[in-house]
Formats: sequence, structure tokens, C-alpha cells
Amino acid sequence: MAVSFTVNGQARVVDLPPEMPLLWVLREGLDLTGTKFGCGIASCGACTVHLDGAAVRSCQVTLAEVAGASVVTVEGLGQGALHAVQEAWIAAQVAQCGYCQSGQIMQAAALLAENPAPTGDEIDAAMEGNLCRCGTYPRIRAAVQDAAKRLSEV
Amino acid sequence: MGTVMKIARRGFLFGSVAILGGVAFGWWKFATPYGNPVAGGLNPYVMIDGTGVTIIAPRAEMGQGVHTTLAALVAEEMDLTLEQVRVIHGPASAAYYNSAVLGEGVPFAPTDTGWLAEAVRGAMEVPAKFLGLQITGGSSSVPDAFDKMRLAGAAARSALVQAAAGRLGVPVGELRTEGGFVIAPDGTRLGYVDLAEAAAGVTLESEPVLKDRAEWTLLGKSQPRVDAVAKSTGAAVYTADLRLPGMLYATVRTNPRLGGAVKGYDASVAEGMAGVVKVVPVDGGAAVIARTTWQAMQAAGAIAFDWGDAPYPATSAELGAVLAASFTEERRDSVNRDDGDVDRALVGDVFEVAYSVPYLAHATMEPMTAAALLKDGALTVWAGHQLPTQILVEGAALTGLPAEAVTVNTMLMGGGFGRRAEMDVIRQVIALAKAVEGQPVLLTWSREEDMTHDGYRPAALARVRAKLDGGKIAAFDFATCSSSVVESQAGRLGYSVPGPDGAIVQGAWEQPYRFAHHRVTGYRAPAMVPVGSWRSVGASQNAFFHESAVDELAHLAGVDPVAFRLGQIDHGPSRKVIEAVAEMSDWGTRRAGRAKGIAFCMSFGVPVAEVIEVEETAAGLRMTGAWAAADVGIALDPGNIEAQVSGAMVYGLSAAIRGEITFADGMAEQSTFWDFEPLRMPQCPPIAVRVLEGLERIRGIGEPGLPPAAPALANAIFALTGQRIRELPLGKAVGFA
Repeated sequence: MAVSFTVNGQARVVDLPPEMPLLWVLREGLDLTGTKFGCGIASCGACTVHLDGAAVRSCQVTLAEVAGASVVTVEGLGQGALHAVQEAWIAAQVAQCGYCQSGQIMQAAALLAENPAPTGDEIDAAMEGNLCRCGTYPRIRAAVQDAAKRLSEV
Repeated sequence: MGTVMKIARRGFLFGSVAILGGVAFGWWKFATPYGNPVAGGLNPYVMIDGTGVTIIAPRAEMGQGVHTTLAALVAEEMDLTLEQVRVIHGPASAAYYNSAVLGEGVPFAPTDTGWLAEAVRGAMEVPAKFLGLQITGGSSSVPDAFDKMRLAGAAARSALVQAAAGRLGVPVGELRTEGGFVIAPDGTRLGYVDLAEAAAGVTLESEPVLKDRAEWTLLGKSQPRVDAVAKSTGAAVYTADLRLPGMLYATVRTNPRLGGAVKGYDASVAEGMAGVVKVVPVDGGAAVIARTTWQAMQAAGAIAFDWGDAPYPATSAELGAVLAASFTEERRDSVNRDDGDVDRALVGDVFEVAYSVPYLAHATMEPMTAAALLKDGALTVWAGHQLPTQILVEGAALTGLPAEAVTVNTMLMGGGFGRRAEMDVIRQVIALAKAVEGQPVLLTWSREEDMTHDGYRPAALARVRAKLDGGKIAAFDFATCSSSVVESQAGRLGYSVPGPDGAIVQGAWEQPYRFAHHRVTGYRAPAMVPVGSWRSVGASQNAFFHESAVDELAHLAGVDPVAFRLGQIDHGPSRKVIEAVAEMSDWGTRRAGRAKGIAFCMSFGVPVAEVIEVEETAAGLRMTGAWAAADVGIALDPGNIEAQVSGAMVYGLSAAIRGEITFADGMAEQSTFWDFEPLRMPQCPPIAVRVLEGLERIRGIGEPGLPPAAPALANAIFALTGQRIRELPLGKAVGFA
């Protein structure tokens, strides 16, 4: 069954099983590999994307459920340029292995879209579902705060 | 330059060679038993072609920043910036053997720089060379590369300058280099790209001269990582992201009783499922090859397996009982330290305690992944791997092809921590490539497969007996027991390693404490659950045992834990990291409702001291601060070192608080991040790191930040609550917020 939805601003039609998780549709149907598989059960956050503006775990959303919706992945976050969150990530040199960072960045961007000036505790709470095994949490915290500042200065 | 002479005497000649479309610079090794990774016998670290300068950093990037630091070694000597170079891992080749990793296996403490210790370290380079091990591990990449890669860069620069001198008719001494150009006194600029071909024919007039440290512009300063942009935009390509024309996707299920047989399986349902191409037997189980990874995973769940029993005791209680029964004379593996007369000194009022730690999974963020293509008599493997040369060996053995027909592409790793030195996923993907010859296949493990099929950090026990005298430790008898990582891991590669396993006592025997009577004994438990190298290896458990005991003794003696340690350590750099962390953490000041704990460990030659502060809250204990000081000898990239120490602390604290793999019915009971849960952001304290440069030798930093984390936290909990926890994870005894 072909399903139509928007990915990173482009209309896409995908003919894959409707129950296939969005994660795998993005990665193997559309070759958008920036969204990562970490656990498949929403415990790590590596697969976080924006679905109609909200951060979701793409391993828990089926293709059928995104029909007509707008999906943004890390590849489309900055719309051809670097998003302020990505600029802050690069400035803070957050990434080590980097595998979780797409999900971290998408989660942080969703937080800042909703709450432009989060407190430290609000950042911690919003980012709690995103694991990092390299232990980059302190730099993530600093980068989210820096991104908030960058966004407020635009 | 003493270094140049020392290395040159060992048989290195610098040179260059024309290769397809460009020129490679590096060094020649005469009498080398190895073929050449690129062309003409040259072992290259620099390649220049029409597109610019490429630096080969032959160590795998698993997050530790090694590509950036290794590239900076070459770029520094070539007067290039990191923005001007491309960095690649390069081919799997024995020519890129790692001499430093075996140098750390010698039975001399890293603080021992006497002639005998140095001579034996030097001799150990010989077997490393003949084994041809291209290893990323043991915090060895930087010590191994520090001279080699700077010399390669200096040699390339010399050849380019000499080529320019010939072209311009200007003496070499009057030319300088900057930003990829050789510049003449009259301002004429010749680009490296234009000079490369001529430089290929140059015979160096003299040995390349390394820059003095005062001349460094990249080294010693924090550099932007070469992978930072790609890893912030989704563009970085890990093995899982490889996409090739006609690619098939696969996953495996193997016996969760590790090493147990498969008595049979019924794949009839799986074979009929949408997208399934075929079900293929692999060692210990079966794989599903499908059109998508998700379909492969769905189908794998529909295979009914009849698993055989585990070849080891089936429960944690039974495994623990074997460990506890292994403190015997016949299981004694090493006594690397035996100062004074411990048995005579330990009489009367003796302190006696026991500690234990559980098995741990690596749990890299990217589950095990590998891709392979067998086509037209050639095998290509794509994997983020810590032992690429071993893949050449396995590839040839499993396909019957000559090793020259095997190519390994080393990819970025979504975390390594020692897990990606194993061959399980490599062997499986080669079996799959044989089953669908002509088509590329990408194998991805499920998280559950990954968590339940590891070479785990071994469970371990320690028994410590000690005696205080005059506020100091007069006698210290440290005995520890675990299965052997070296035996288990090398055994899986088909090697057997004679002699004691230094990893069993790593992080204990070589500590710079000076106790009058001091013995460290390692006991080797039988091989049971497969165990492997887990970030910082033996030091990960021994620092907890050792530094918990030292802390207990400090409190027993009524001496401040920082002063107690300083009173018994005379190694200068070790004292300095303890003093630094005490100052950073404002050790002497205690805030209401909070307390701090300290721990020290020298591992991989790097002294590290850490302090952790905890607070009692209504929801449980909360870490409110963490401080670390580490001495690496020469800090090539302070920002990256800070990131490594800080990250290693978080990895260690994750394990300390919640990390535990337990066994029931022969199977790991934890299978995903819900039940083997690392620290999450709200639990992570602010972390401050100070990098010192007091050691005589340069050291690597991927691992040494980890060992002191668990004991520093346990010691802080004691300082706050009076509760001494001698068993990890701490979360079994106390609640955390």
C-alpha cells in the first residue's frame, strides 16, 4: 500500500508494509540514514524525529500512521543550512562516537521550539529519554543552553 | 633529534612513491615481512593527489577522537591545518602494527623507567611487529603514533621542500612552508599538490627534523574534531548506514546460552514472511536475509529454535560460587608484587574484607553491525572494527580465498569500548555473503541480540587483608579472582597466550602506593561465560576493590582520605593529580547534606584521581559534582582529553550505579536499555577535568578516566551515610534519584 507524507519538506510516496516503523522507512525506504536504530523499543532516543513538529521515537510510529503528516529528520532540520542546535553542537564539540547525536539534536530542537529558554532541570527532563554511551551529557547540556541563546539572538 | 635516530636505527627509511593518480609519503621498512598497503613497499601516512592532502590515521574512530589527533600529528609537521586535510582510516594492513599495545603488557610498573623495564618494553615491539596486529585499543594509539606519524609528516614536508628547491634553484634552507605551499624568499608559492609528483622522485638529503614543542601550532591545543560536522548533521556513515546497489539486509539469532549448540530450528513460518529472501544457518543459530532489516527482524522472531545447554554454570549464584572457590594455590595466576613479608606482618588486629563486581555488557549505541560482498573471487567486508587485520585472516579462512583477495573497509563505530574487537559478527556476515554470493548484505543485530551475546566484563571478587600502623598501611595483601579476558578473547580468535594474564590484576599490582609489606595476587577462575575487553579492562574492577579498601583503612586510621593517600604515594605525577582534584573539588569544605569521596588509579600508565559529591534527597542519592585530574605526559588535544576523561567517568558511573548482567538458565537476564540502563542526563553530575603534563612518557586517555569513578562514588556514599557498600552495582544497596 502506497503511503504519502512529507519528509523534510518534500512530498514522498512510499510503497512498503503499512505496519513498518517509520525508522526503517526512513533508513531503508528513503535512504535517510541520519536517524539511527538503537533499541527498537523507545528506550534510547537514537531514532528521534519530528512528526508534525513534535519529537517522536520513529521506531514506535508506523508508516500507516504518518500518512499525510510532515516528518523532519536530522538531514532536514536546518533546511539546507545548519540549525542553531547543530551550530551549538559543533561549537561545543559534543559528538564522540556520534551515533546518538542525531536523536539528541532532534530532541533538543523540539524542546527549544516549545520552550525557548529552558532551565537546567527542564533540559535534563526533556533529554532524559536520549541515551549517550560516550557520556557527552555535560556538553549536551551546555550546547542546548548555547543553542537557546543563538535562537534568541536571531 | 634523538627520537629520529632511535627510530631510524630500527630500520626506517623515509620516502615517497607515485601511486595511481597521486603520491604517497611515509616510510619504508626494510626487512619487513609485510606486503605494502599501497604500493612499492612504502608504508604511507600521507597521500597527495589532485584533490589535495589525505592523511591515513590507521586506528579506528570509535568516538575517542583518534582520527583528529593522529591527523594533527602529521598536519603539524607539514604546516597544514586540519581543515586542509582529509582523514581516512586506510587499508587493513600489518604494516600499521601497533607496538604500544603490547608494550603495556610487560611486567614492569608504568612508573618504572629503569633500563631493564625500558629494554623489555623495546623488545616487546618485536612480537607486535611479527604478529602484525593493527589494533585499536589499550589506550595505545597516541603513544604508538606520536613519533611515527610526526616523522611521516616531516618526511613528506622535506620531500616537498626538496622538490621545490630543485624546481626554483633555491637552497632548501631558504624555503618555508605554510598552508599547503612551499614559499620562496621572493614570495613564489608552489602548492603541495603541484609538487607531489616531483617529490615522489626525491631522495631525502637528510633525516627529517621534528619541530620543537615551542613551534607547535596544532598540537597541544584543542582542535575541532574532523568528524564534528558530519556527526551533527546525520551525514556520518556508520556501518549500519552503508547503502550499496542491490543490498540485502539481515539479522541473526544465536543461542542465548553462549557457545551452546543448536539442536535444530523450524524456519518454515519465517521463510514465508513478506520480504524474506532466505534463512541461513550460522554458527550457533540462524540468520534471516530479507529486503529490509525490519522484515529480517520480524522473521527472525518467528523461527522456533531448540537450543542446547550452556557450556558453563547456568545461574549467577553458581558462577559466583566457582569464582569464590578459585582462590586456591593451583588457580594462582600471578604474584606481580610481593614486597616485604606480608604473611609475617599480618598478625594481630588485621583488617579483612571482601568485594565483588558483576558481569557487564558493553552496550554500544550502535548494535553489532557488519556488511560483506563476495563477488568474482574477492571478499569485501565493511565494519567498524578494532582489529581489521584479523578480519583479513578470518575472511581468507572462511572463503578459502587468498588474503590478498580480502578487503576491509573500516567504518566509523557507533561506540566500541572493546566490544568491536570480537569476530562474531564478522564471521556471521561472511557466511551470509557466501549464501548470497554476488549481492552485498548488511547484518544488523537487534538490541536484544547485542545485550545477550557479548564478551562481558568478567565478574570478579577480591579479598583484602591489611594492617595499619601509625596512621599508615603497614601491610596490604590484595587477592583478586576472575576468569581470564586474555584467555577467553584470544581463544575466540584461535590463539592461546601463555603465561599469566596481567589483566586480572591490572589497576592493582602497579599502583604507586608504598606499603612496607605489599602483595598482589591474581587468581584465574575457570573459563565460564565468554568475557572480553571492556573499557579499562581489569582496572575497571580492581580500582573499585583497591580504592574502596584504601578508603576503609583511611577512615579506620582516622586520617583524611586525601592526606592518607598522599602519605603513602611518592610518585610525583600521582601525587599531583590527587592534590589537583582535592583543590578543584574544594575537598576540605563540606556542604550540609552532602559529602565527597575520592579515588585514585593509575591505569595504562596514566595517574587519575577523581572526587564525587553526593547529596541525600527525598527521592534518593543524587550526584552533585564530579572532578577529575589526569596526567598524560603530553596533552596533544586538551579538549578531547577532557571529553574522554569525562565520558569515561560517565561510563564507569553507569556501571557503578545500575550495571549488572546476571544469568539464569544459562542466559543473560538483561536484554535491553530498560533492564541494563545507563545513566541518563538528569543523573549525570556536572564534571570538571584538569589535564596535567608531569609524566615522562606520552600516554593515551581513552580508558584511564573510568576506573576511579566507581570507588569515588562508593567512598562518597560512605562519607555521607556511613554505609560501606562492597558489592556493585551500588543501586542494589541504596536508592538513587
